[in-house]
Amino acid sequence: MMMEETLLTELRRVLGDRILSHEADDVPTIGIKADDLYEIVDALYKDEKLAFRFLTTLFGMHYPAEKGESERLGLQVLLYNMWTGQRLRLTLSFPIESPELRSITPIFPTANWMEREAYDFYGIRFAGHPNLKRILNIETMTAFPMRKDFPLEDLSRDDKDDRMFGR
Amino acid sequence: MGIKSPIEIPGQPFQQLSEAKTLSPVEPPPGYGGEGWFATTLDAAVGLARKGSMWPLLYATSCCGIEFMATAAAHYDLGRFGMERFSNSPRQADLLMVMGTISKKLGPVLKQVYEQIAEPRWVLSVGACASSGGIFDTYSVLQGIDRVIPVDVYVPGCPPRPEQILDGILRVHYIAKHESLRHRDSKEYTSRLGHYGIE
Repeated sequence: MMMEETLLTELRRVLGDRILSHEADDVPTIGIKADDLYEIVDALYKDEKLAFRFLTTLFGMHYPAEKGESERLGLQVLLYNMWTGQRLRLTLSFPIESPELRSITPIFPTANWMEREAYDFYGIRFAGHPNLKRILNIETMTAFPMRKDFPLEDLSRDDKDDRMFGR
Repeated sequence: MGIKSPIEIPGQPFQQLSEAKTLSPVEPPPGYGGEGWFATTLDAAVGLARKGSMWPLLYATSCCGIEFMATAAAHYDLGRFGMERFSNSPRQADLLMVMGTISKKLGPVLKQVYEQIAEPRWVLSVGACASSGGIFDTYSVLQGIDRVIPVDVYVPGCPPRPEQILDGILRVHYIAKHESLRHRDSKEYTSRLGHYGIE
């Protein structure tokens, strides 16, 4: 499914060849490089015509290693133009070994807690974040529980006998 | 840390509780009486006073709390057991009623609340989540409050009906009524608290 042509033209005008991929999912989506995140969000915010000046949400993702692909972390950013009702999704991924992104809190202060949540559950570190610490889980937790390799059942249980669960 | 069995009161086998008579809220303690006087032991008199005017601290976090509200309301009427006065400060409370899912982040808070309750204090764990983590066998939920504080009575159910909560309360009353005045200084009790790192 193709993205709406006028929107794509505008995005190409502002972002140029920094758009790696594009598709019209439920929300128009463009793929970008992890290093470009801050500049792209900034450009989309400042542009008078696109004017994506509302951050709907931001969340992390985890792609386990499979089919010859290495393990990666991802991030999705959903932007909204309050005047035209236009939505846009930015999607990016990067190797799990260097989960380092530039924080977009200088552009959107509301990204503060969202980035803390992405850090809490996926271990994505945001450079330039004013207060990057766990937000929902207990502070002493060392794992990142939404990564796919994290066990589903609680590790502190010692009363579960595998034989009783058929495994 | 495994799940512990209910505490045993010396000389009072747990099975005795199933008899309706021992759970009766109006049964007088053993003693001698006549016209206008009654004599019994200090233990029994204090136990009677403690169980007859227990102030619960409500720690309701989810649906078990709703069931408790029904228990406290007119139909089931907790006031019949001298418990219509809820203490929202731990300083004045006798009974900590934990009703609902306790997340791991809430564990230290619950422990602090317990530490602030003056002796003697009892803990009633209402529902599957408070007792064992319930269906939430996952990274964020404490797998039973007995991992942070000692529990006197567990009420099973998801959520338990008001009758079950009343039964649990009556069992706490039974423990309070039959508790020795020296129990809180006993080695068993202090070592049990020490197990949880509570002074």
